[in-house]
Amino acid sequence: MDLITVREIRVPRTRDELVFDEGFQPLGGGTWLYSEEQPGLTGLVDLMAMGWPPLTVTDEGLEIAATCTLAQLLAFDAPPEWTAWPLVDQCVNSLLASFKIWNLATVGGNICTSLPAGAMTALLVGLDGTAQIWGSPDRTVPVIDFVTGDRTNVLEHGEVLRSLHIPLSSLTARTGFRRIALSPLGRTGTLVTARTTPHGLAFGITGGTVRPHTSTDNGDWFTDAHGAADWRQAMSELFVSELTEELA
Amino acid sequence: MRFTVDGTPVEATPRPGQVLRSLLRENDHFAVKKGCDAGDCGACSVIVDGEPVHSCIYPAHRLEGVAVTTAAGLGSVEHPHPVQQAFVDAAGFQCGFCTAGMVVTASTLSPGDDLAVKLKGNLCRCTGYRSIEDAICGVVNTSASSEAGASSKAPAGMRVVTGSEPYTLDLATTSLLHLAVLGSPHSHARIQSISVERALGLEGVHAVLTHLDSPDVLFSTARHELRTDDPDDTRVLDPVLRFQGQRVAAVVADSVAIAELALDLIDVEYEILPAVFDPEQARSAGAPLVHGDKGPESRIDEPQRNVLAQLHGEMGSVAEGLAAADAVVTGTWTTQRVSHVALETHATRGWLDEHGGLVLRTSSQVPYLVRDELAHIFSLDPARMRVFTARVGGGFGGKQEILTEDLVTLAVLKTGRAVQYEFTREDEFTIAPTRHPSRVTVTLGATADGVLTAMQVDELLDTGAYGNHGIGVMFHGVGESLSVYRCANKRVDAESVYTNNLPSGAFRGYGLGQVIFAVESAMDDLARELGIDPFELRRRNVIVPGDPIVVTEADEEHDLLYGSYGLDQCLSLVQEALVPTDGPVGWVTGQGMALAMIASMPPRGHFAETVITVADDGYFDLRVGTAEFGNGTTTVHAQLAATALGVPADRIRILQSDTATGTYDTGAFGSAGVVVAGKAVFAAATALAEKIAASGSLVGLSATGRHDGTPRSIAFNVHGFSVAVNPATGEVRILQSVQAADAGTVMNPEQLRGQIEGGTAQAIGSALYEQLTLDEGRVTTRALRNYHVPQFADVPRTTVLFADTHDDLGPLGAKSMSEAPYNPVAPALANAIRDALGVRPRDLPMSRDRLWRLASS
Ligand code: FES
Ligand code: FES
Repeated sequence: MDLITVREIRVPRTRDELVFDEGFQPLGGGTWLYSEEQPGLTGLVDLMAMGWPPLTVTDEGLEIAATCTLAQLLAFDAPPEWTAWPLVDQCVNSLLASFKIWNLATVGGNICTSLPAGAMTALLVGLDGTAQIWGSPDRTVPVIDFVTGDRTNVLEHGEVLRSLHIPLSSLTARTGFRRIALSPLGRTGTLVTARTTPHGLAFGITGGTVRPHTSTDNGDWFTDAHGAADWRQAMSELFVSELTEELA
Repeated sequence: MRFTVDGTPVEATPRPGQVLRSLLRENDHFAVKKGCDAGDCGACSVIVDGEPVHSCIYPAHRLEGVAVTTAAGLGSVEHPHPVQQAFVDAAGFQCGFCTAGMVVTASTLSPGDDLAVKLKGNLCRCTGYRSIEDAICGVVNTSASSEAGASSKAPAGMRVVTGSEPYTLDLATTSLLHLAVLGSPHSHARIQSISVERALGLEGVHAVLTHLDSPDVLFSTARHELRTDDPDDTRVLDPVLRFQGQRVAAVVADSVAIAELALDLIDVEYEILPAVFDPEQARSAGAPLVHGDKGPESRIDEPQRNVLAQLHGEMGSVAEGLAAADAVVTGTWTTQRVSHVALETHATRGWLDEHGGLVLRTSSQVPYLVRDELAHIFSLDPARMRVFTARVGGGFGGKQEILTEDLVTLAVLKTGRAVQYEFTREDEFTIAPTRHPSRVTVTLGATADGVLTAMQVDELLDTGAYGNHGIGVMFHGVGESLSVYRCANKRVDAESVYTNNLPSGAFRGYGLGQVIFAVESAMDDLARELGIDPFELRRRNVIVPGDPIVVTEADEEHDLLYGSYGLDQCLSLVQEALVPTDGPVGWVTGQGMALAMIASMPPRGHFAETVITVADDGYFDLRVGTAEFGNGTTTVHAQLAATALGVPADRIRILQSDTATGTYDTGAFGSAGVVVAGKAVFAAATALAEKIAASGSLVGLSATGRHDGTPRSIAFNVHGFSVAVNPATGEVRILQSVQAADAGTVMNPEQLRGQIEGGTAQAIGSALYEQLTLDEGRVTTRALRNYHVPQFADVPRTTVLFADTHDDLGPLGAKSMSEAPYNPVAPALANAIRDALGVRPRDLPMSRDRLWRLASS
């Protein structure tokens, strides 16, 4: 919908031009920002013209630009030894939004929106990703700590999520995935990922808790239109036990 | 910036924060619709540089140099895209409001795509998706014949699929003003002071309307033939606010954005009043009174007890009937608040004609009734008013209501300018009336051989802050749901109660579905208790021709007749079709059925007049008053006229739903489009055919047909389900869905099948998924992403079977069938789930979390 309070859109091409006045916010694909009224938002700084390469393979793993679209991520031709890669497809398909949205929506935008059901949050938590934040100074935060609550995260005004990093060890791990919603393709009620590590299984739990967790033993279960707290907790526990068996 | 739309260059300067959808429509590209403006529904789908996107969330500042393709760019009426042709041939739409976006999306798919996944971002509220799948797969469901009984194509079909059929707001008007509404932040409050000075000072604001501008006339937003059927409890703008979101003031400005920004500049002081949200509390002593200020002229039954309407009636003696019973079952069932989610939101555009007469173009099921009530409210001469609809993008009962027309009238009269008021999707969830939430307790008694000895129903309806349809819904709800059973001892206690919640209103089925859910669930319990097959138990107790059709008054006067009777056939058709099916490992399976009866048209008068004229160009101009909103009546009217005249349907030109045609019609509700208006059409066309035969010439001939909506017949639906349920998660999988309908002689089999599938899909939504929730009067489900309308993936194929009957009362033997298919679905599904799980679900929706809890209890 038209964002009626927005008075200016900046399209920077260099880091120096990334300036945020009071009331300004970074803009990725726009698929969430433009989907609701945004009271108090007076300006947008469009990151899409920054020209960040969407996906870069490094010796340490994979760097995903915040502006990489879901369609670009899906289209990436991953090396066969990246056994965790099916998780990408599973998480993208967990989005309530359809493939038409994937052409615009970005990985960074999904994480920065910080909804409990954020599918890219689930992916990056599941693969033990970290977030590179541009600010003064720049900093790196594990994605599990990046999202702090329902639509809240660690970004300060003026900071920008630059990219996400997935370590090679996660990409080459074995993974498992379970998800349930109140309808077959509805918004996530709970999503549980599992990944093999040298120290046993690492779980990622999103959707049913206000922020990501690694264990079902947490006090963050909540009730909304996408499921009751007790059901979300029970389904997550069920999925953890199923995945434990599956990856044993 | 420059870009192209459908090959045509566009030069535009989008506003910061603007999206492609609104920019396209500002440039008169009306093939792009708005279902949500939030990225959820797909009605606004377009192709940008080869990629399909939702234009309502596509930032317009990125358009430089791109090529945009809308449905109108894919093909035209003369040269349709193959996908567009396929949607016409398959009859892949009803109201057609989703269709332009659906066609655009479908044009980007490849063979073998999983449609459930690919179409999850395209919602259709009408069809149930089967015909859309057929269209995409190239299945042809229509025929070229226009005889009654053939699956003729909808006359507007090619325009609908190419995005060229105009809906309510699809026309360019120069210097149009827009209206935005300040909603009450309180559930119950009185305006102490209101100052509009600051808002008026904003550049571009033309007027701010408050209760001081409002006529002091009480009316009802609900519309019926008799205005006295509904309570006069509403003002255009009222100094007392009775629910959150109720209009406090309205701004009229150069753009929607300016009008909305000005809302923040209206200064209001409220006196907050105590509020009540639970109907049981509301009717208890000491509760805050919602309409305590109203007198008898409002026709509220007991304003001092918050009771809008009540019915307490007994036939025979339920106590004696229960005493004589070998088995007694009892239980309480609840149904939730459901939103219609017609894909086109409510909207009106109004202006003054060259003689100063008021003209309203509105998304309504009842243009004539809107005209008459506005004339009453504003003391206008109806002869100098014109109210009309273009094609309406879905209704389901939600547009039998004045929700935008009155404010637009006030604004046009105040400013003298053209003014538009368009609901947002959030408005639809927060201020448009919903289906009535209900609590129904049923007690049944029967002899060991399954003969009912007693039926008792106690119903409580939450009618919300304004009464609108609350009286009719209550009386209708306990009508055919009980009169379908032959039982000497029946008792009904029903009350429709005011609260400070969002108002409830008319919804497909008009109250029947809520009571049928409880009664048919209780019948299922009774069958189990007695060890009798549920079909057999129905057979032993349903009315058959000769039985009186009564609720609780044995010698009640009414005009319901057995014009035909196919309930026995419907029961057998479903029973024979249902086959036991295995579910996945670890899941439990079950079967269930339920029946529903409905009168073929609304009671208390429904009038239609039609005129058919031979035009100079050799076409037949057929003037009808009723509206087309996806119910398919226009197709049937063309077939009826063509059949009577012995000409192809494309010779019939239909001019409809416009008070300027002068052919009165009470409106498109109560499933009246075929049986009332259609009968009038057939009468007119038959009379014209006789005149042609007598005079041997066509020139200047014309004939009129009328119908007064009485006597009425009865129609039947039986639904059966086979399901699998996963007790560990609460998931339900529908393995088989069958509905048999007794619609008399079928006028258009493909359309009728579509109505039944659409009704079934909407009912599956109500049964399993949809729920509008409120928290202390505040709606918490305010967007489609938080209110789950069935997607393609959620709707199974339903086998549709027709009873073979011929109705003595309807046109060419037909009966109505648009509300009815909805009614038996929820109880049939609940009965199947009960059969599978061994525990009865009693509350709608039967969501996965609830079923999981039920299974683990
Ligand atoms: S109007 Fe754009 S997705 Fe609904
Ligand atoms: S035909 Fe799809 S919404 Fe009406």
